[in-house]
Amino acid sequence: MALSAQQIPRWFKAIKLSSFINAPQLTKCFTKPGKTLLHGFSAEPQISSGNCFLQWGFKTYRTSSLWNSSQSTYSSSKENNSAQDTLLPSVSEQSQKTQKISSFDSELSLEGLDDLPPLSPMQPISEEEAVQIIADPPLPPVSFTLKDYVDHSETLHKLVLLGVDLSKIEKHPDAANLLLRLDFEKDIKQILLFLKDLGIEDNQLGTFLTKNHAVFSEDLENLKIRVAYLQSKNFSKADVAQMVRKAPFLLNFSVERLDNRLGFFQKELELSVKKTRDLVIRLPRLLTGSLEPVKENMKVYRLELGFKHNEIQHMVTRIPKMLTANKRKLTEMFDYVHNVMSIPHHIIVKFPQVFNTRLFKVKERHLFLTYLGRAQYDPAKPNYISLDKLVSIPDEIFCEEIAKASVQDFEKFLKTL
Amino acid sequence: MGSAGLARLHGLFAVYKPPGLKWKHLRDTVELQLLKVRGPAFTSLKVGVGHRLDAQASGVLVLGVGRGRRLLTDMYDAHLTKDYTVRGLLGKATDDFCEDGRLVEKTTYDHVTREKLDRILAMIQGSHQKALVMYSNLDLKTQEAYEMAVRGLIRPMNKSPMLITGIRCLHFAPPEFLLEVQCMHETQKQLRKLVHEIGLELKTTSVCSQVRRIRDGFFTLDDALLRTQWDLHSIQDAIQSAALRVAAELEKNLRLGWGIHQHPSPGQPWDSAGPSSAWELESNMKH
Repeated sequence: MALSAQQIPRWFKAIKLSSFINAPQLTKCFTKPGKTLLHGFSAEPQISSGNCFLQWGFKTYRTSSLWNSSQSTYSSSKENNSAQDTLLPSVSEQSQKTQKISSFDSELSLEGLDDLPPLSPMQPISEEEAVQIIADPPLPPVSFTLKDYVDHSETLHKLVLLGVDLSKIEKHPDAANLLLRLDFEKDIKQILLFLKDLGIEDNQLGTFLTKNHAVFSEDLENLKIRVAYLQSKNFSKADVAQMVRKAPFLLNFSVERLDNRLGFFQKELELSVKKTRDLVIRLPRLLTGSLEPVKENMKVYRLELGFKHNEIQHMVTRIPKMLTANKRKLTEMFDYVHNVMSIPHHIIVKFPQVFNTRLFKVKERHLFLTYLGRAQYDPAKPNYISLDKLVSIPDEIFCEEIAKASVQDFEKFLKTL
Repeated sequence: MGSAGLARLHGLFAVYKPPGLKWKHLRDTVELQLLKVRGPAFTSLKVGVGHRLDAQASGVLVLGVGRGRRLLTDMYDAHLTKDYTVRGLLGKATDDFCEDGRLVEKTTYDHVTREKLDRILAMIQGSHQKALVMYSNLDLKTQEAYEMAVRGLIRPMNKSPMLITGIRCLHFAPPEFLLEVQCMHETQKQLRKLVHEIGLELKTTSVCSQVRRIRDGFFTLDDALLRTQWDLHSIQDAIQSAALRVAAELEKNLRLGWGIHQHPSPGQPWDSAGPSSAWELESNMKH
C-alpha cells in the first residue's frame, strides 16, 4: 500500500495538493481497515451499501455531477478552513461528502487502480462472491465520540493504555480532532518522554493528559525553556514536578506570563522570595488561574474584614487556599465567628483554617457548646476552646473531649435546631 | 454490591432539614451522596420531595426514591396532619414575621400572662374545628359522620386553606413562648403569620423565631436522618424500617378517605384566592 503524493494529483487535478497533506497520515492511521476493505474490493468491487460513492471505481466519480460540484466546494472550503479541522464535527453536508471522498477515495481507488481494472459497482455478482466480501462498517466521517475511532487509531489506543480518559477529551471537538491527527511515534512520544523526565510517574500521566490534552500542541522546545526558567528561579526538580502534577496547565503558559504571575504575587503579598516560592509550590493553581478573584479577596480581607497586612501575610502562608476562596462564604464565616462567637481578630489570625471550613459545622458546634455552657473562646480564662479544635477534629473526638458529651446527645441537640 | 443496592433502592424515608438550607439543595446533596457509590457512567438518580420546608424552617422532610416517589403522591392524598413546634418572641413586629426582618413596631408585653395566651389558643382551636367540619363536606346528620366526629377523625380530604387541628402552649417565659401546632394544608409562612396574629390578639406584637416540623404524617423526629447519615447504607436502613408502617398507614388512610366521601355533597366551594388565617375563617363562619 505504498501511496505517494505524486499519484494523487493525477486523479484530482483541480484540487490543491496542500489539501491532501492529511491523506498519507490518515492512511497510516487507518491501515487496518483499509486493508480489509481493499481486500474485499479487489475481489468484489460491487457492494451495495448506502454509502455508494465511498467505494467505487474512479470512472464513476469522474463522470458524476455530484463529484464535480463537490470538487469545487471542497477546494473553496479548504481555502477557508485550516487543514486541521475536517474530520470530526463538520459544517455542511457537502463538505461531509467531500471529506468522505478524501479519506477513502485516495486509498481505495488508487489501490484498485494498481491491482485490477475498475469494475462498475452495477455489475451483478453471484451469491458466493457476495458472501465472501468482508466489509467492516465504514468509519463515520463525522462523529461526536471518539469511541468509533479507538479501534482503528494507534494513537488513541496507546493513550487509552496510558490511562487517559477519552470521554472527557471528546467533549472538546478541537482536542479530539487534534489527537486523531497526531502520530504517536513522532509527536506524542517526545512529549511523553519529556514529561517522564520531568518527574511525572507513568501512572500519573493518564490523569495529567486527561486534564491537559493541549500539551500535545505545544512545542517541545518551549516546554523545555519554561522548565529551565522555573529552575532558574530556584524551584527544584521535585518542586517543578509537583507543581506540574497539581496544575497540569502550568507548562502551557509562556515564560513571560509565568514571570508576570510570580511577580504579581510577590508584589501583592510583599512576601520574601522564598515564601512566595513555597506558596506557589503548595498551590500552583495560583499561577494558572485568573488573578481577579485574588485581587478581590485581598481587598475583602483588608477593607471589609479589617485585617492588617502582616496578619493577611501570616494567614495566607498558612492556608494558601484563602486567596481563591469564595468572597461570600468568607464574609459569612467571618461575620459568624467575629460577631456571634465574639472572637477578636488576633485569635482568628492564629487559626486561619476556620475560613476553610463549612459554616454549618461551625454553627452547629458553637450552638452545642453554648447549650452546654462550654463556649469559652478566651485563652486567658479556664476551659478555653481553641478554634482549630472546634473545626478540625472529627465529630466523635469533638463530642468526647471538647464538649464532654456523647455523640447521641449531639445528634439529639441537632434535631432541636 | 453498592450499585446493586442502589438499583433496589425504592421507598420513603425522612431526613432532618437543618435551618438555612434550601430543600432543593438538600435533595441535590442526597442525590449526589447516593450516586457516589456508582461510577460516573450512570445518569442522575431522581429523589422526590414530600411536603416542602422553606429555607429558614427546619425539621422532618420526607423524601422518596425510585418507586417510593409514587408513594409520595399517596401520602399527599392521605391528607395527614403535621406537628410543628413554633417559637415566638413578644415585643416586636417585623414585615416578614421573622426575627431578622425589617422592624415595623415595638411594644411592651408585661401584661401578657399564661392564662391569656391559653385562652387565645383555645379560641383559635375552636374556630378551626368548625372549619374542619365544613371543609370535609360531611353531612353531620348521618350516624357514621357523627361517630367519626366523636372520634376526631374528620378532616378534609381535598384542598382547603390551612387548618389547625390542635394548638397548645408548651412553654411560656416572656418574651419567649413555645407553641405546639398540629395542622394540615399549611405553609411555614402561614405559621409565622399565626404567631404574629397571636401577638396582636394579646394586645402586643410578636415575631416567630423558629418553625420546626416534628412530625410529617407517620414520620417523626426519630426517623429523620441527620446530615452525617445521608449515605446509601443509612438510607437503606431507614427505608426498610419505615416500609411496613408506610404501607399500613397509607392503606388505612385511603380507606378512610373513601369512607368519608361516600355521600358527596356539594358543600362550599373552596376559594383559592390565597391563604386565609384563623380570623378570616371566623368571618366566613359568620355569613
